[in-house]
Amino acid sequence: MRRRKFFTFISLFGISMTLMILILLTSFYEHIFGGKYPEVYRDRTLFATMIEEADTSNGNNAMRRGPMSLSYINKYVKTLETPEKVAFSSSPNTVNTYGNGKKLKLFFKYTDPVFWEITQFEFLEGKPFNQQTIDANEAVAVINNDTRDDYFGKGVSAIGKTIEINGQDLRVIGVVRGCPITRMMVSADVYMPYHLQKRDPANTQLNGEYMVMALAKSKADLPRIQAEYNDVVKRIPLPKDDFFKPQVLNASLKPYFESMAADTFFNNSDGSTRARFYLFAAAFALLFMSLPAINLVNINISRILERSSEIGIRKAFGASSRTLVWQFIIENVMLTIIGGIIALVLSGAFIAWFNQSDLIPYADLAINWKVAIIAFVLSVVFGLMSGVFPAWRMSKLPVVDALKG
Amino acid sequence: MLSLSQIEKIYRTDTVETLALNNISLEVAKGEFLSIMGPSGCGKSTLLNIMGLLDEPTSGQITIENQVIHGYSDKALSQFRNEKIGFIFQSYHLINDLPVLDNVELPLLYRKVSSKERRKLATEALEKVGLSNRMKHYPTQLSGGQKQRVAIARAIVGRPDLILADEPTGNLDSAMGHEIMEILEQLNTADRTTIVMVTHDEGMAKRTHRLVRLFDGALVSSNQFYTA
Ligand SMILES: Nc1ncnc2c1ncn2[C@@H]1O[C@H](COP(=O)(O)OP(=O)(O)OP(=O)(O)O)[C@@H](O)[C@H]1O
Ligand SMILES: [Mg+2]
Repeated sequence: MRRRKFFTFISLFGISMTLMILILLTSFYEHIFGGKYPEVYRDRTLFATMIEEADTSNGNNAMRRGPMSLSYINKYVKTLETPEKVAFSSSPNTVNTYGNGKKLKLFFKYTDPVFWEITQFEFLEGKPFNQQTIDANEAVAVINNDTRDDYFGKGVSAIGKTIEINGQDLRVIGVVRGCPITRMMVSADVYMPYHLQKRDPANTQLNGEYMVMALAKSKADLPRIQAEYNDVVKRIPLPKDDFFKPQVLNASLKPYFESMAADTFFNNSDGSTRARFYLFAAAFALLFMSLPAINLVNINISRILERSSEIGIRKAFGASSRTLVWQFIIENVMLTIIGGIIALVLSGAFIAWFNQSDLIPYADLAINWKVAIIAFVLSVVFGLMSGVFPAWRMSKLPVVDALKG
Repeated sequence: MLSLSQIEKIYRTDTVETLALNNISLEVAKGEFLSIMGPSGCGKSTLLNIMGLLDEPTSGQITIENQVIHGYSDKALSQFRNEKIGFIFQSYHLINDLPVLDNVELPLLYRKVSSKERRKLATEALEKVGLSNRMKHYPTQLSGGQKQRVAIARAIVGRPDLILADEPTGNLDSAMGHEIMEILEQLNTADRTTIVMVTHDEGMAKRTHRLVRLFDGALVSSNQFYTA
């Protein structure tokens, strides 16, 4: 059956826009929360970005929160027995420098050598720093390829050359393929060994500048690491001064999603943070999909009422109910398939454009096929229910009634 | 060809019962051109729809070409209509979204006919009604007379044995009505197609073989003008 072009367009538009937005949202979700380069072990890594000391005694409501100090990490986190490895890195910070005649704004991080073991950065040249580097107090840095291209010139080898950061001349010993800034635990333009950070070593407070990654031997170990750490945290003595006398230390190691969602509405201390998010996301997706579905149902019903005389005519000239219902099924499924293909092509094009655009350097968005296929199947089901049921009812009418319209 | 025996049709709504057809028995011979007249609301369309298996009688029996139509499935009825019967309606009932040629091809769509053959037969049918120059037009671009000729082409394209026409000239001026009547007469004499036609026009009725009159759902008289 021939459809009205306008209705066809509206339905197609609804289907493909919905699918496209779902595909893109999940793609962004994956980009941020999925374990991607260089955090390939993210699903068996626990994170701590902050600790919080609080004083709620005698009606007080004081708290201090922030990243951790070196002394804290060395005393209480590095000493944990269950993790395979514990690494730390400073929270991202920026610095201005001049290279190749340009002013560059660079993200830098101080890390320990284990950082290079928990992450799986690809070294385009050179190698990471290690414990000997730190013991020998060498002034070195690892940079990413964009920084190399900007600072030393495109494609020029940077190994052995000097880059100036914070007034310090650092010898470049490695160049990694960069990763998008959305991976905030690991992303930076310049990585320096932590001994070059002059402030923190003297810091005896709990709060400092570092975040922690703890790699488990297996996923099954994750709760055990958390339990061990919780146990340790309970027994940490809290330094008090005249102004701030904390009684409680809130510190925990969390999976990536939970550690990132710590300050959001989804946060829930009983460990259901991610479940809450998924529930919310699924509800949102369903609600979101129901809009074009309802639209489609409406359009189909009004179209069928409008076309009831057409159904009558076709039946008068020999179409059986079954033939007509089949036609509607095929029509709807075709429409959804075309809508799905449009959505895939558009999202594919958008993702390709986004990845090569410099909106987020090193972006590596990809289509989540599982979500795309589920959404696609759902829209076929909606299309069928909305088109076929009214058509079936209509085709059961005596032809004379259908003809009257 | 077609035989109705003690046909009764009662329309029931919540409040009223309408006896639209009251004990109608009627024989239509093969090759006959029969006309039906009667005041508005007397049941002419109802009778024609029952003859065409578009509606079911409340009681009574229909026989078409010696087949008693009883307990047929939707599919069987559709196939029967498709092969044996062609309809012409007062309000044309063309599909406005389809061009003329596709409208005419419609009955062949539900048969095993190649698209090439469909095209050929539809073109021939349109030539018969003198509209072969309007094949690509849409129904809304045609005059009433042209629409009715498209409808006739559609009714005859599958070479049915029986054509049922409900006031085919009712919406047309007398000259156009005349032309339509000529096409029907031509079909009847040349192809020996049986035709049953509802009309309000005595003049048209007198050109057919036989006229039956309905009043309040009952057959009241029958005039034989010619024999088939
Ligand atoms: N679907 C229906 N429900 C209830 N009553 C109906 C229905 N269809 C027809 N009728 C009634 O049946 C009677 C016969 O109607 P029908 O359409 O056959 O008349 P007609 O002779 O064709 O009239 P006209 O010349 O105006 O076309 C009328 O009284 C009409 O109101
Ligand atoms: Mg009528």
